[in-house]
Amino acid sequence: MTRTSAPPARRPRHNATQRRQNRAAYLFVAPFMLIFIAMLVVPLFYSGYLSFFQDRLIGGSTFVGFQNYVRALTDQGFIDGVLRMGGFLLVQVPIMLALALFIALAVDSGRVRGGKYVRLLVFVPYAVPGVLAALMWGYLYGNDFGPIAQTIRATGLDAPNLLSPDLILYSIMNVVTWGFVGYNMIIMYAALRSIPGELYEAAEIDGAGQFRIAWSIKIPAIRPAILLTVIFSIIGTFQLFAEPSLFDAIAPNAISDSYTPNYYAYNLAFVNQNINYAAAIAFILGIVIMIVSYVVQLSTQRRERLS
Amino acid sequence: MSAIPIVDAAGAAETTPRGPEAGLPRRSKRRFDPENRRSTLLTIVLWVIVLYFLFPLVWLVVASTKNNTDLFSSFGLWFGKDFSLWENLQSVFSVQNGIFLRWGWNTIFYSVVSGLGAALLSTMAGYAFAKYRFPGGVLMFSVVLGAIMVPLTALAIPTYLMFSNFGITNTAWAIILPSLVSPFGVFLMRVYAADAIPDGLIEAARIDGAGEFRIFWQVGLRLLGPGVVTVFLFALVATWNNYLLPLIMLNSPSLFPLTVGLAQQQSASAAGGGSQALFSTVITGSLVSVIPLVIAFLYLQRYWQSGLATGGVKG
Repeated sequence: MTRTSAPPARRPRHNATQRRQNRAAYLFVAPFMLIFIAMLVVPLFYSGYLSFFQDRLIGGSTFVGFQNYVRALTDQGFIDGVLRMGGFLLVQVPIMLALALFIALAVDSGRVRGGKYVRLLVFVPYAVPGVLAALMWGYLYGNDFGPIAQTIRATGLDAPNLLSPDLILYSIMNVVTWGFVGYNMIIMYAALRSIPGELYEAAEIDGAGQFRIAWSIKIPAIRPAILLTVIFSIIGTFQLFAEPSLFDAIAPNAISDSYTPNYYAYNLAFVNQNINYAAAIAFILGIVIMIVSYVVQLSTQRRERLS
Repeated sequence: MSAIPIVDAAGAAETTPRGPEAGLPRRSKRRFDPENRRSTLLTIVLWVIVLYFLFPLVWLVVASTKNNTDLFSSFGLWFGKDFSLWENLQSVFSVQNGIFLRWGWNTIFYSVVSGLGAALLSTMAGYAFAKYRFPGGVLMFSVVLGAIMVPLTALAIPTYLMFSNFGITNTAWAIILPSLVSPFGVFLMRVYAADAIPDGLIEAARIDGAGEFRIFWQVGLRLLGPGVVTVFLFALVATWNNYLLPLIMLNSPSLFPLTVGLAQQQSASAAGGGSQALFSTVITGSLVSVIPLVIAFLYLQRYWQSGLATGGVKG
């Protein structure tokens, strides 16, 4: 018995410990990785596989190479949808994140009366599912019975139809902004709270104003959190589904089947039964999201290196 | 000039006056002397913003008290001629033999099971990625990290086809299985575990002869508490709010969650015209379905923050 713990046995024993720890690590990771592979990796490759086939009346499922992709890249409806989401990204995301950042900074500065309640109440819409948010705003936007139009008309002005083809994109932007400012604000606020106070107490004592402190100390300090919200917003934007699908019912003239890429993929797969083309659309959409996300990450990294 | 009152204020707010300056907690300093530090303009601006966020919810409450006629004929933000809240509530719980309750139960079941499962899986994986160096660990974590950017809805179609091959579409599994995967949860737990569990503690437990699993359950989990709750809440809300996945996977109304059920009632009302109009029922149902999560949010908010703080800063 004493032999096993004698010096010559040291090395194998060390290896045994390492092996035991490795085994434990694999067992900890295994449940997640199994489901991850089954529910994320496999569907991803399956989707890629499907996108190279086409269901034909004669011959059934046939390999068609990149034909679905060529079709998608020349499909005006799909391209319009992607561009529409690009525009959405450029307009809505900055507004939403700027508002979230402003609220987070204001509450964090401690200069707002009832700041705690502001934080809670701004966060509450995140508890409302996107579908129900769209449903509510659908009523609020109504041209005849919606309170927005009623109020504008009460002042003697002409109420714009918020569900018209010209304005509905902005109406959707508003629904998303309403739902997600609080979520992004909480991410930023949590990051602000964990900045060590010493970082800006000195600046405060030197008489720097709150704006100066926010701009030069707080915002740079929470840059990773802001980047996180940007990435999540990009992913969320390209996946818009609930809003167009709900608004399609109340404003069919304004929302086409391909209004957003995700809504298009859904319609192709489950209304038109064209699974293969839908898979190609979903795949291209995923690639677009990844490219945009990486470009954003790279550009912020470069900026960090320059400064 | 202004430096002195701030330091004084801070010192006075401390339990031990004139405590060492470096150790001053920011929070107690802020609570002090509101007259000096609170800004009326900022307060007004912020509360106007709050009104914007409350406006649809106020409308929802008011609209729940209206019948179908008042809903389309009276001013949206004030009560109608009749106060029909009780009739509407009765209708919510009685339409189609009270299927609303079934939807509510389904929603709770799907989201709690998914939330618990996702939290457990993410915690175990995040803990292992943070605290063990094992072959392939770095690679696996990078793959998981990259997957945060994969749009989950892009997976809905192939997942549906896979599930229909296995015959598990139109079952609870079809909702729960995909919701168990939370790459962001793993990322959050890895960052959180790296910070919250000192390596020395694990080493000490090992020297005491504790097995790796006992260390995880008794040392790790205890310290990871707030992070686990954050991941749980994220996964729970994601499932609770999900619309596309259950819409694709489920056919039987008795399996619907609230989102799909209410949306279908709404579109049936819109399409069906006068006779089948359930508008006020759908609105009241929306109100009832929103209340539990709103209350849960108000109670659990500190968890969002504590768990997110690490993820956001170190990310």
